[in-house]
Amino acid sequence: MFRRIEASAGTAGTLTFEERPVAFRAGDNVAAALLAAGIARFRDSPVDAAPRAPYCMMGVCFECLVEIDGRQNQQACLIPARTGMVIRRQRGARDLADRAP
Amino acid sequence: MNGRWDAVVIGTGPAGMAAAATLAEGGARTLVVDEQPEVGGQIYRAIERNRGNDALGRILGADYLRGAPLAGRLRASGAEIRLATLVWRIDEDRGVWMRRDGSVERAEARNVVIATGAMERPVPVPGWTLPGVMTIGALQILLKSSGLIPSGRLVLAGSGPLFYLFSRQCVEAGVSELTLLDTADGRHLPGALPLLPKALTGQGWRYLLKGAGLLAGLRRAGVTLYRGVSGITLEGSEHVAGIRFTHRGGTGSLACDTVGLHEGVIPHQQMTRSLGCVHDYEPAQQSFHPRRDAWGLSSRPGIFVAGDAGGIVGAQASAHEGTIAALAILHALGRLSQEERERRFAAEARARRAHLAARPFIDRLYTPRDEVLVPADATMICRCETVAARELRRLAGHGVPGPNQAKAFLRCGMGPCQGRLCGPTVTSIFARETGDTPDATGYYRIRSPLKPVTVGELAGSGKETGSHP
Repeated sequence: MFRRIEASAGTAGTLTFEERPVAFRAGDNVAAALLAAGIARFRDSPVDAAPRAPYCMMGVCFECLVEIDGRQNQQACLIPARTGMVIRRQRGARDLADRAP
Repeated sequence: MNGRWDAVVIGTGPAGMAAAATLAEGGARTLVVDEQPEVGGQIYRAIERNRGNDALGRILGADYLRGAPLAGRLRASGAEIRLATLVWRIDEDRGVWMRRDGSVERAEARNVVIATGAMERPVPVPGWTLPGVMTIGALQILLKSSGLIPSGRLVLAGSGPLFYLFSRQCVEAGVSELTLLDTADGRHLPGALPLLPKALTGQGWRYLLKGAGLLAGLRRAGVTLYRGVSGITLEGSEHVAGIRFTHRGGTGSLACDTVGLHEGVIPHQQMTRSLGCVHDYEPAQQSFHPRRDAWGLSSRPGIFVAGDAGGIVGAQASAHEGTIAALAILHALGRLSQEERERRFAAEARARRAHLAARPFIDRLYTPRDEVLVPADATMICRCETVAARELRRLAGHGVPGPNQAKAFLRCGMGPCQGRLCGPTVTSIFARETGDTPDATGYYRIRSPLKPVTVGELAGSGKETGSHP
């Protein structure tokens, strides 16, 4: 659970995570936007289906993998949040073909 | 002239920014790339957005704001800056393969400066894969890049400069439910004390004074601090809910909502490994470092390594190393006389040394505990493939020689992170079990692509800068 140190700064846009609208601020990457919205489970381990979430926030650990606009296994901590992004939990390993957005 | 770019610099932390700025100012055709969408690396992350933000600047402190003039210098230098650009392969002839926005490009470079910095040492403790458990560096990145701070009950567990710095930043940011578990091992103090006189020379005393100030600030703020903590276990099913630990021979437990772990930083060796650079294990920093000469030149021709990617030196010394590598390249390009190179090198090397005065003392004092380097059997070492320490020890007991063979048997290091998070621990466990040195044990063979690149992205490639200058 996180909060913003500046309560007043405005929203820069909205994306969705598992159909749920998530507002984000300027400068947020997808992982930060989701964490700020209280989303704790980003993906399920392909090995044992255990819940996983960002660990390093700098592109090293690959725990923040999500599906963005139909493209699977995207590193949420490296991708700037953009309005209209459709984001889903990464469930297990990626499929061979990306899903249609 | 056999390349379009005189130099390609990888990374825009202090080393990369200083290297690229110095190169471009010296007239070299310089390309600098970073995987992140903003310059600054992790230490100066989001510095260009935050430089006017007084509230955040006050929390993050003067050392962070030092990044602003360096970023300004880079912008003014004339170096071409490509952000959100992944370098996923470097060829023997220094062709640098990049991906940006789904398209792939190869740039030819006469010289490459690898300034990919550090990553946090993995902290494999039971439960470290639970959501809500992050590195302290990750929590600080959220603060720098999004102004986010943990709400609810926060436990920070670890040791070293960043542990105290971020603890203090949490207090400044108004985190009220904060508990600190200091895992520094007091048994290192007698070994560290003889290094103290040297630590007070040069700029060293400033680092020690900053540390003392952080500790005093935490004490003044009345933050609960347990010292000499070991045996950390994180509990929870869907999310971390509690932490258990050993303290003064007894056990403690706390309910919590977020946990930050930190046991120091190590060079991010993926790129230098993939190039086949020679690495040596550095016992003082308990990590592998690429072998370099005084200019930062690695064992591969034209491949320089500057800053924390070559061994942990901190932000300011990193900037000096970036400059030193740039001086060597400018001279090789015929853009700097030997006399001028030597003169500027002497000043940069002196300044670098001054910033390193306290490093041996700090490294010794905060040497990680064995339980971090060679964790207990049940602890998960490879997060991607869920491989426990027990399985690695079992293989070592069966005569399996090292990390690359373990990969084949257990899949450790074969998940999406490509061994970044388990490699250091796997080498340590094998070395300990076999009685070999870490150098003899070796490390995962790292191959390109350094991060996943799709066939579609490759198929769409064909752009090449450099063949037709």
